[in-house]
Amino acid sequence: MPRNLRARIALVLVVIAASAWYLYPPKKTINLGLDLQGGIHLMLGVEADKHVASQTDRAAEDLKAALERKGIAVKRIAREGNAAIQVELASPQSWNDSRTVVAEFNSFERRDEDQTAGRFRLVMVDARIRQLRDDAIRQGLETIRNRIDQFGVSEPTITRQGADQILIQLPGVQDPARAKALIGKTALLEFKLLDERTPVEQALAGQLPDTSELLYGREVDKQTKAERKVPYVVQKRTLLTGAELTRAEVQADPNSMGNWQVAIEFTSTGTRIFGEVTEQNVGKRLAIILDGTVYSAPRINERIPGGRAVITGQFTVDDARDLAIVLRAGALPAPVVILEERTVGPSLGADSIRQGLIAISGSALVVFVFMLVYYRLSGLVADIALGLNLLILFACMAGIRATLTLPGLAGIALTIGMAVDTNILIFERIREEMRIGKTPRAAIEAGFRRALRTIVDTHLTVMGTAVILLSFGTSSVKGFGVSLFIGLGASLFTAYFFTRLLFDLLYMGRRKVESISI
Amino acid sequence: MIELFKNPNYDFIGKRRWAYIISIAFTLISLLTLAVRGGLRYDLDFTGGTLIQVRFEQVPTVAKIRASLGKIQLGESIIQEFGDNHEYIIRLPLIEAVGSEEISRRVQGALGSDPSLGKFEIRRVEFVGPQVGRELQLQAVYLVLAGLVWIAIYLAFRFDLRGGVAAVVAVCHDVIVCLGALSITNREFSLPVLAALLTIIGYSVNDTIVAYDRLRENRGKTAPRGRTFAQQMNDAVNQTLSRTILTSLTTFFSAAVLLFFGGKTLEDFAFVLFVGVITGTYSTTYVAAALVVDWTNKVEGRLRRGKKAVAKA
Repeated sequence: MPRNLRARIALVLVVIAASAWYLYPPKKTINLGLDLQGGIHLMLGVEADKHVASQTDRAAEDLKAALERKGIAVKRIAREGNAAIQVELASPQSWNDSRTVVAEFNSFERRDEDQTAGRFRLVMVDARIRQLRDDAIRQGLETIRNRIDQFGVSEPTITRQGADQILIQLPGVQDPARAKALIGKTALLEFKLLDERTPVEQALAGQLPDTSELLYGREVDKQTKAERKVPYVVQKRTLLTGAELTRAEVQADPNSMGNWQVAIEFTSTGTRIFGEVTEQNVGKRLAIILDGTVYSAPRINERIPGGRAVITGQFTVDDARDLAIVLRAGALPAPVVILEERTVGPSLGADSIRQGLIAISGSALVVFVFMLVYYRLSGLVADIALGLNLLILFACMAGIRATLTLPGLAGIALTIGMAVDTNILIFERIREEMRIGKTPRAAIEAGFRRALRTIVDTHLTVMGTAVILLSFGTSSVKGFGVSLFIGLGASLFTAYFFTRLLFDLLYMGRRKVESISI
Repeated sequence: MIELFKNPNYDFIGKRRWAYIISIAFTLISLLTLAVRGGLRYDLDFTGGTLIQVRFEQVPTVAKIRASLGKIQLGESIIQEFGDNHEYIIRLPLIEAVGSEEISRRVQGALGSDPSLGKFEIRRVEFVGPQVGRELQLQAVYLVLAGLVWIAIYLAFRFDLRGGVAAVVAVCHDVIVCLGALSITNREFSLPVLAALLTIIGYSVNDTIVAYDRLRENRGKTAPRGRTFAQQMNDAVNQTLSRTILTSLTTFFSAAVLLFFGGKTLEDFAFVLFVGVITGTYSTTYVAAALVVDWTNKVEGRLRRGKKAVAKA
């Protein structure tokens, strides 16, 4: 009677039961990759420096206001690079007064002072820069997650990658272009007054006052569908932003059939500011700007107290709905760019599954039949071990929630080819031992023992390369590495341990063994 | 009992001089092809750019697709049939300042503007920005190097330095031949091809380990009297021959099934495996084992000569 037979049988049964438990039901437990079920994979780069720059801009504005409140005239104050402000006072006499004002801006350091010229630079401290960059990415991630949740995607993956990248995976999205637009939009909503004193022609010629800028709006001709750019001269000062919004909802546009608009509602602070702005500027035009594009610039007829406004712009219902989503979820603190995109339509995914399955079943069939013909009963034992290997492989993938990709399927097909190597090694060794005259039992004993070291060596080398593959960032290569690694790990158990158990059960009983079917 | 070989006793190692010529010839042909073609043709993953896979309801012509794309000014596009004649792949180069959303929107618009192309479905869009492309290129080189270093360290640790170095030379030979085959058949170097190369690195070493293990076992058991090191190596190769051939065959069949039935997406991947299995099996004996034999002969020869010189003095 071989050693520990009961314990070994129990172990195999436990493994089979656990595998079945993890795997059931397969449709739900096996995670298909985007290449198999269709969907979008996006790698976004967050331009975090732009967040630092905009915060520096804000600080420069605050500083200017603070100096002016103290009666200190400023000749020039401007951002330099992303994180520095160059200040030049109108007269050097106010130097000492300026110091007390600047001291309140504690995230900046004063450098390159030139008292006689009344000049100095403020440089943002590194800790603050790091914090702002980090904020930009974390808030960006949060905002994008919010938008995707509202858009309605089941089981999205949204994670931070490296220093300033965001990885987004949206399985099963039917309209990739729309999802991309929704995610990538900065969605910075701004209200600014038009500069009606500067004629547009003059602005187009490049003559603009310091306080104004040239922005464009888009107009689509109903008949020809041609897009036209409409220039606007807008005052640089932002009166109100989308940060003060509480609600954004889609409505039918009462003034133009078939178009939709987004109704917004401000917070109490926003309502107060909006009321003041409209009161002070009756008769002027207020531009509604989203990501630097003017959507409309209605004239203010009277003070608007209720804190409500509408954004119109020849929207379809989907456009309006997406705009409402991004406004509700808030603006990204810094713009994002798409660094990498992989979109697979659902029909292509279905094709890939079909081909992957054909490949797997094909290679499995070839190997199964070959082993059966060449090694007969022992070949059947190896085939059963191979079946168990596949069961464990899929169960492990379900257990660690790994995704099954097309290269992953290829990895499985290859694993099948390589997993039988172990059995071939053992069987060839047993045959050899029998050839030199050993009894069947002794040959089995020696075959398994002698082959073990080689088997461990071959597994470790290939599993080593599989680890290198799966530590690689890209999902296609990773998927291949994962299935190869698990498959080979499982093969150590099934092709050696499990096969040995079956051999023991077949040949190591009490009755005398004359020959082995090998 | 079906047996491929009954106590095989072929003189593999004795013919190693011929094998060196063949190996060097194949390596040179591969390197030459790569040189003539100006290096590997890299896939989108490494160069950056956009790939759009479109399936048309009616069979289109490349000229029509090209004409409709000409209007949108996205640079020199490459248009290839993919799978069957309804399906095409459009490759666009990397263009500064045009984002991926914009590109797919424009392509969709351009194809839609020609009514004779009929209905179509965009089945796949891949966009790789310049930054990601450069990162992937670097990572690919690191990966292959890491694979080689891992093999060298493992073998040097488990066997000896000679075995480790010889196995790595054999693996390099396989990688170069695979890359050459890729270049001769005008295939692209893509991420799946990279994965296949790494698999071949692991696979090729497998055979080598099996032969080394056998050699060491034989030497440990009974100090083989009267047999030269070359003969001992030849014995080990012969003893493991049927296993080598059988395993190569099953892996070869798996790769062949992938190549012929795995679809267009897996084709290049399977092709590299296909070539790699053959050269991997060959290089075990004729590169790795042969090198170890010659190296050992040289070292032992020098030792012997050294001893004689000492004795004379």
